[in-house]
Amino acid sequence: MALSILHRVTGCALSIGLLLFVYWLVAAASGRAAYATAQAFFVHPLVRLLLIGFSFAFFYHLLNGARHLTWDTGHGLERKQARLSGWIVFLGAIISTALFWFLLLRNHGGGAT
Amino acid sequence: MSLRSPIGRVLGLGAAKEGVSHWWSQRVTSVALVLLGLWFVASLLRMPTFGHEFVAAWVAMPLNAVLLLLLVGTMIYHSQLGVQVVVEDYVHHHGLKIVTMLLLTFAHVVLAALAIFAVLRIAFGGGA
Repeated sequence: MALSILHRVTGCALSIGLLLFVYWLVAAASGRAAYATAQAFFVHPLVRLLLIGFSFAFFYHLLNGARHLTWDTGHGLERKQARLSGWIVFLGAIISTALFWFLLLRNHGGGAT
Repeated sequence: MSLRSPIGRVLGLGAAKEGVSHWWSQRVTSVALVLLGLWFVASLLRMPTFGHEFVAAWVAMPLNAVLLLLLVGTMIYHSQLGVQVVVEDYVHHHGLKIVTMLLLTFAHVVLAALAIFAVLRIAFGGGA
């Protein structure tokens, strides 16, 4: 299905997202001031939006990766099964992303914590 | 008249080089990343705050530090393997392909070194 390219697209996006993840770790290791700068960066609305995108990429790539691993065992390759699992993965990624941010913002009140 | 022997001219060309181990490594890292990724997401959701004090203390816990190192290492290796396939598929000019891969490999190694050093520094309390 047309969505198969999405596995690559989300994979490439996550490779770029690694930059932010490593930035977070390095900032935490660099001390209070550097970490405060990183926190201000991460709560910026545009960065938030980007993070939501990365989290969708993460969940999609993870779920679709599991789908690929299932295919590697020789299962689920019928056209009907593959189409169904494709939609399950897509909807699952959207639901996971929504749930993740719902829980995150519920715990942190959307504030600068 | 060339000084290169006929065998030297063809060695390393062609597709049958290391495809299987590349394919297999991609699978092994992806299985590991399902587990490590879910662990990290669950950890993020359980953090009461993302403030520096808490995050540094969390990273410094032995189990968290080790799992973070595994996560970072596996993620970056998996990324390198995946990006390589994308470059091989879409960059057709041979020289450009090699330069692109070289730069991407450097970038991945630098990221891995930074991330590993950061986790270790927090874990061993080097002033963070």
